[in-house]
Amino acid sequence: MFAYLPHTEDEIKQMLDDIGASSVDELFADIPEAIRFKGTLDLPKGQSELEVFKRLNELAQKNKQAVSFMGAGSYDHLIPSTVGALMGRTEFYTSYTPYQPEISQGVLQAIFEFQTLMCELTSLDVSNASLYDGSTAASEACALAINSTRKTDTVLYSATIHPYTKQVMETYFADLDVKLVELPSKDGVLDLFSVKENLDSSVAALLVQSPNVYGYLEDYTGVADLLHENKSLFIISSNPMSLGALKSQGEWGADIAIGDTQPFGLPSYYGGPSVGYIAAREKLLRKMPGRIVGQTVDEDGKRAFVLTLQAREQHIKRERATSNICSNQALAALASTVYLSTVGREGLKELSEQNMQKAHYFFDRLMDETGAEEYAEQPFFNEFCIKVPMDARKLVKEMEKDGIFAGVPMIDLDPSQSENLLLVAVTEKRTVAEMDRYIESMKGVLK
Amino acid sequence: MAKPEDLKFLKSHEWVRVEGSTAYVGISEYAQEELGDIVFVELPEVDDEFNAGEEVTNVESVKAASPIYAPVSGKIVKVNEELEDAPELINQKPYEAFIYAIEMSDSSELDKLLSYEEYQKVLEEEAE
Repeated sequence: MFAYLPHTEDEIKQMLDDIGASSVDELFADIPEAIRFKGTLDLPKGQSELEVFKRLNELAQKNKQAVSFMGAGSYDHLIPSTVGALMGRTEFYTSYTPYQPEISQGVLQAIFEFQTLMCELTSLDVSNASLYDGSTAASEACALAINSTRKTDTVLYSATIHPYTKQVMETYFADLDVKLVELPSKDGVLDLFSVKENLDSSVAALLVQSPNVYGYLEDYTGVADLLHENKSLFIISSNPMSLGALKSQGEWGADIAIGDTQPFGLPSYYGGPSVGYIAAREKLLRKMPGRIVGQTVDEDGKRAFVLTLQAREQHIKRERATSNICSNQALAALASTVYLSTVGREGLKELSEQNMQKAHYFFDRLMDETGAEEYAEQPFFNEFCIKVPMDARKLVKEMEKDGIFAGVPMIDLDPSQSENLLLVAVTEKRTVAEMDRYIESMKGVLK
Repeated sequence: MAKPEDLKFLKSHEWVRVEGSTAYVGISEYAQEELGDIVFVELPEVDDEFNAGEEVTNVESVKAASPIYAPVSGKIVKVNEELEDAPELINQKPYEAFIYAIEMSDSSELDKLLSYEEYQKVLEEEAE
């Protein structure tokens, strides 16, 4: 097998002649000599197909087989076989983002349906074609808020949003005149009193997350009014699986809804690829980042899909663009679209309720049967935080030996957290037998 | 109909019509021609305050998005809501379709604006 399929010398020469370059090296003239790689790459020799399969199999064997109670933003849900079957179709699977978009009506229709589903889930008016992940969506939502409110430079965010989201936001705004201000938490949820205390005319938006990083549900009664009186926007990040049973962002009065659609048809992989969603009220449409697909009719009056409102985008706005997002997560968004279409409205509601019920059943058992205690007394969806009487990282390592991924130690997400805190997620896939095993294993380690 | 000869202009191609202490602002014939079909006019909010030269809003055409600047300092008192549903009015009647009106806080700033003749010269220079 070739390591890759190279161009022939003739082809390379023809291309160089065409553009008037004398050598391939000349194409890299802009890259300083000092940082260019010299010599030849240390690559192994080509191998036969059989050898490659053997090697990949060996590597695959290193994966640990265990029942997962890990979440913290990426969850182990059932993925119906429709997802792989449709996503795997070459029309979708091998197509890159359509640069001549209207030729690819199927891709545009899939994106249009994704947008429609996101609007329905969030009870908001407009959605874009997707963003890279939930953290990008959070950062883009902050930028959208700052660009849509006059004379503002500050975004307030809750201490209870995912620490990785904070990190991405900090990177995004590191070189811009934007202030990110963290509001404190109280008993595992945002301290609502701090919102009023920190509101002034410089505040573009408040960004919160529910279910939050501890898995807890936050109560935003009155928050939207408070923000809107100050001409600030309200951004809520939610695990979209929770929206099947719980109040949506639009229902809380949010102006922008964001999150990550990984729970819909995407495995955890090694943390990605995932899909960020962003939906907003119509008045923000013109400043939405990324691509938007619209529905129209062609000259024969037949339904057709187009990329629309491109004046927002950077190839037209150039240096005045408010976002540099020019692509989306089409294939992964397709997985989420197929997933939602497969489970349907009722199915999603049932899934959401099952997640919640199983998590609550398991939480009660952990409280009754093990030495674990609750971190805070708060309502939760399919994930919760517990205190264990030892280093949570050690506990997780020990339980791995029994074939259980016990959860995510909070200290792994945020070094300022106590080493005794463990985040446990329970999806519809977890059975009572698996929960029994978890409890036995935990008891064994803790005794 | 407003005659362009009676209007004041900015180098950035806005026109200004003065009525008492209020300045109405739109974009010139030349600007709409250059932009092509206008598809969206973002309207500022009434009561928002701007300094002369500050960016007030945006006009989007099929090929560009252009900022609209404040010719004078003041407070927005009126926006042309007709443009929400009919942005093409700017293409059709550029000197009638104002975008916003601003209550001037310092009418002496008007002296810095260009007359129609001066604006024509700017256009000729740009064409060169």
